[in-house]
Amino acid sequence: MKEDKDKIKNESRKSGIESEFVNDKKTDDETLGKAYDSKLMKRLLGFVKPYKKYVIAAILVNVVVASLGAVRPLLTKIAIDDYIVNSNFEGLLIISAILFGTLIFQAIVQYFLTYFTQLMGQNIIYDLRVKLFAHVQKLALKYFDKTPIGRIVTRVTNDVESLNELFASGIVMIFSDVFIIIWILIFMFFMDWELTLISLSVLPILIYATFLFRKKVREAYRDVRFQLARLNSYMQEHITGMSIIQLFSKEKKENKNFEEINEAHKTANIDSIFYYAIFYPIVEILSSGAVALIIWYGGGDIIKGTMTIGVLFAFIQYTEMFFRPIRDLSEKYNIMQTAMASSERIFKLLDSDTIVKNPENPIPLSKFKGNVEFKNAWFAYNSDEYVLKDISFTVNEGETVAIVGATGAGKSSIINLLNRFYDLNKGSILVDGIDLRKITKEELRKHISIVLQDIYLFSGTIASNINLGDSSISKEQIIEAAKTVGADSFISKLPKQYDAEVKEKGATLSVGQKQLISFARALVFNPQILILDEATSSIDTETEILIQQAIEKLLRGRTSIVIAHRLSTIQNSDKIIVLHKGEIKEVGTHQQLLSKRGIYFKLYQLQYKDQEVK
Amino acid sequence: MKRLFTLNKYFKRNKGKLSLGILFIIISDFTQVFIPLILKESIDALQSNASSDLIIRYAITIFALAVVSGFFRYMIRQTIIVVSRKIEFDLRQDFWTHLLKLSHRYFQNTSTGNIMAHATNDIASVRMYVGPAVMYSIDTAMKFIIVISIMISISPSLTAIVLIPLPILSFFVYRLSKKIHRKFTLIQEKFSDLTTIAQENFSGIRIIKSYVREAFEIDEFAKESSEYRKRNMDKIKIQALFMPLLFLITGTSIILLILIGGNMVINNQLTLGDIAAFLFFLGMLIWPTIAFGWVANIIQQADASLKRLHTIYDEDIEIKESNETDNSIEQIEGTVKFENVSFKYGENQPKVLEKINLEIPKGKTLAIVGHTGVGKTSLVNLISRLFDTTSGNIFIDGKNIKSIPLNVLRKNIGMVPQETFLFSDTLENNILYGVENKGDSLLKTVADISQLNKDVDQFSEKYNTVLGERGITLSGGQKQRTSLARALAINPKILILDDSFSAVDTKTEEEILINLKEFMKDRTSIIISHRISTVKDADNIIVLDNGIIAEEGKHDELLKLGGIYYDIHYKQLLEEELQSEM
Repeated sequence: MKEDKDKIKNESRKSGIESEFVNDKKTDDETLGKAYDSKLMKRLLGFVKPYKKYVIAAILVNVVVASLGAVRPLLTKIAIDDYIVNSNFEGLLIISAILFGTLIFQAIVQYFLTYFTQLMGQNIIYDLRVKLFAHVQKLALKYFDKTPIGRIVTRVTNDVESLNELFASGIVMIFSDVFIIIWILIFMFFMDWELTLISLSVLPILIYATFLFRKKVREAYRDVRFQLARLNSYMQEHITGMSIIQLFSKEKKENKNFEEINEAHKTANIDSIFYYAIFYPIVEILSSGAVALIIWYGGGDIIKGTMTIGVLFAFIQYTEMFFRPIRDLSEKYNIMQTAMASSERIFKLLDSDTIVKNPENPIPLSKFKGNVEFKNAWFAYNSDEYVLKDISFTVNEGETVAIVGATGAGKSSIINLLNRFYDLNKGSILVDGIDLRKITKEELRKHISIVLQDIYLFSGTIASNINLGDSSISKEQIIEAAKTVGADSFISKLPKQYDAEVKEKGATLSVGQKQLISFARALVFNPQILILDEATSSIDTETEILIQQAIEKLLRGRTSIVIAHRLSTIQNSDKIIVLHKGEIKEVGTHQQLLSKRGIYFKLYQLQYKDQEVK
Repeated sequence: MKRLFTLNKYFKRNKGKLSLGILFIIISDFTQVFIPLILKESIDALQSNASSDLIIRYAITIFALAVVSGFFRYMIRQTIIVVSRKIEFDLRQDFWTHLLKLSHRYFQNTSTGNIMAHATNDIASVRMYVGPAVMYSIDTAMKFIIVISIMISISPSLTAIVLIPLPILSFFVYRLSKKIHRKFTLIQEKFSDLTTIAQENFSGIRIIKSYVREAFEIDEFAKESSEYRKRNMDKIKIQALFMPLLFLITGTSIILLILIGGNMVINNQLTLGDIAAFLFFLGMLIWPTIAFGWVANIIQQADASLKRLHTIYDEDIEIKESNETDNSIEQIEGTVKFENVSFKYGENQPKVLEKINLEIPKGKTLAIVGHTGVGKTSLVNLISRLFDTTSGNIFIDGKNIKSIPLNVLRKNIGMVPQETFLFSDTLENNILYGVENKGDSLLKTVADISQLNKDVDQFSEKYNTVLGERGITLSGGQKQRTSLARALAINPKILILDDSFSAVDTKTEEEILINLKEFMKDRTSIIISHRISTVKDADNIIVLDNGIIAEEGKHDELLKLGGIYYDIHYKQLLEEELQSEM
């Protein structure tokens, strides 16, 4: 009966594993290492600390539950020897009632025990996940440049999840199994120590078989896992490249290729069946072997009169009870192994300290005006390849400066620096005469709004995309900002207006609409400095006019730096800076620069001249 | 449930092994049933002071029976579960064969992830039905029949009493696992929400940082995590019932046995051996009882999965050979003609191409230019029948392309698509992808034309270099040149280059174009490009705008027109000047 429970677990796990494989492709390094690493374990247990009391309580309850289970065969023995054999029905009734009582009690305690240990596990997982997420928020952009987003996501989601089993069932259940074994041993020895030793003589074989089985199955599954990953990545790749298969008329050949991989997957699975097929019968045979031994030796004792028939019953039940925890213990080994591998990756992320640091004694920006100065600024993303070389310019309070240049001229880097996403290699950037590095990032960024070229919308509502969840910004303010930039006219036509849902990066909205929303977002935060990276994508004339008007309103009376793609924006700016390959080549107004007939003149003809017609 | 019968053809293919498996189940169950009976005999014998020889013989028999039964248990898995894997294989293979037939439109409209979900989860759940579910159903039925009839032969009334709790167990297992499954789906949904939030947050980290929204984002994430925890606990609330209910119900059965059975022993209606046998029989019935509820769920899930799989099987195969197909056509020459061709992607979609008329004589070059989204790619996709025209016809050598067998048509068209797709295989296998008889000289020839040789010489494995995740990553230009070589290798009558040099530098492109001139002497070529330098020598150039041919002629003629073509040309000159600056 105990083994049957195991069967359910194994069957369901088998099917579970298959879907898990698909996700597994993302977890980069899936090597099975040590099952126990004291350093990692110590850190992991640190997360258990807040719940110490629960753990201790759970362990204590476990001792009780384990004893209740173990006492029942003993009660059966008493029922048989003292009452059935002696024809005492009343006594039999009483002992049955006691048996039933322990059963109910154990069932109730067991339920709550499971519930609370799982709750503890879930709480720990929750703590860890939020802590990890909060840590990622602190990391500098440099970290995101270097690390694929998918990998960070996996850490926060799947890796944390795989610790669940350790906390929820692993730690507490190990105690549970050990206690059951101890209790059973106590009762057995108490009844008949000789028979105990004899009936337990099959145990070494069982333990050996179990560990061998786990090991073999793990190996076999590694193969299955590998083959399934191969199968899935083949399908994934060839579904993506389906048009190539069809264009080159290779359907037959690809069918054959798939058949080979499919075949290998099947073979790997069939190989793994072998271990299950052989292990379960062996357990059954061992269990019957134990029964046979008990009858053989116990039977002799009964004939001699040194043992009662009830002891025989109890022993038969005990040996069966013994089998499950031993098999479970070996399974815990696997849980530990996975947990160690995941926690190592999690801690690595928690330990990464690529953070743009705040100064120790920050200067507060009390009366911020909005003067910006770049002073001999040099900057490189990778050690020596400078994308900005000796850049110096000033933007005075309320001025609009347009930065123009071909792609790769270094325009976006200027934005990244002013916002302190990165720090300069050489030189300095000053706002109101104060070096950026002497102000906290948070304070600096509160005074600067940026509108990026590729507009990023989050899942949520239109309103939540404008105020970014800041509850201090009221609905009225949102609507006002949207009206100012001309976004209100299309938003109010949406079914739920400002509460209309935004899905998948705003897939249902047009490019122009998304831009207007991002303008409203920048406006509602009412920054002293506005940085605008104009999008290049072409939009219809009507929206274009809306956007031009919106930009005009955004920039008015505000220190603004615009990476300009619109002629209108450039013409309205106080100063144009021409960046070329990381250096400032020309500075001046539209007319001044045109008459120079230099780089700006060519850029103008290439990018802006067409707009004159419109 | 009717859908599950469609799986019968798979069962039929493995008839032999399946019937063997059923036979093994019967044998194993029969042998197993004897163990409690022997136990009963030995306990009864012990009470009547039997000889120890007899007891030893009983002990050995129990062990021997266990070995026989165990052997057949082993054989059951080796037959029935093996068959389930074979059926899984067949299911996958059929699924894939069907996918290969589906049209380009299907793959454009359906995400790879979506198809993959069917290929993995749905097929897995159908396998659970054909394997474990079938095995346990038969096993359960056999055990019930054999065990219960023996129990009845010992004591009908005791049998009735101790078995009362079992149907309750089946019922609970069925209900609980159904609920757990539902809760589990909710958990997975929340988990994917969590993943989305993390994904969005990390992708939009610039916005979050620049508006100082980190604290808010952490708060939101914590809220979702908390909801996720709650849903997990909702499941655990139910799941935690499982074990206590299991031993409560089975325990009740055992207590009933001891109480009622004990009373019958007291009244000399039964022996203690009978009680021991019943104890074992109960043990044998518990798993089948659980399996009963469990299997019912598997069957339901398999049915739902099959339904989803059938939506793919029922998907219309849009581009296929029909009764128009003339199988006598084995070769094409390469004169392409468009006659009033219009095209749109769907019923309510805007027109992409409008009444296009065009003729490209064999061996000549047509170039297509125009802004993004004017229908250039759609036009060439029609020639290789990735899509069919909405109205109008396309002729090759005067024959409607619908009458040309699909593989004859496609084997003669060398297509270099705009988006380069290479397989994560060796360079050689990629280049010779469309070729039956692979040879080194062919490989060298096409690689030479595509200017790949120099690059390949730098790879240590040369043409055996593996591409993609497991190998090296080619640059955009190298990928495009490989894709070109692949198209050239099939010795096409018609070569289509869809903006195939966008990532290749101008100098290399010029060299390739010179090489191509010789190769394309007797072949028809169609070149889409944004670069005037690529198209200026073409025999005929068309400028597409809004789905119609806006300008047509040779380079010089088009320049004189002073229209779109002229404009593109002028801008490119400027760009070059700007690049060469300093």
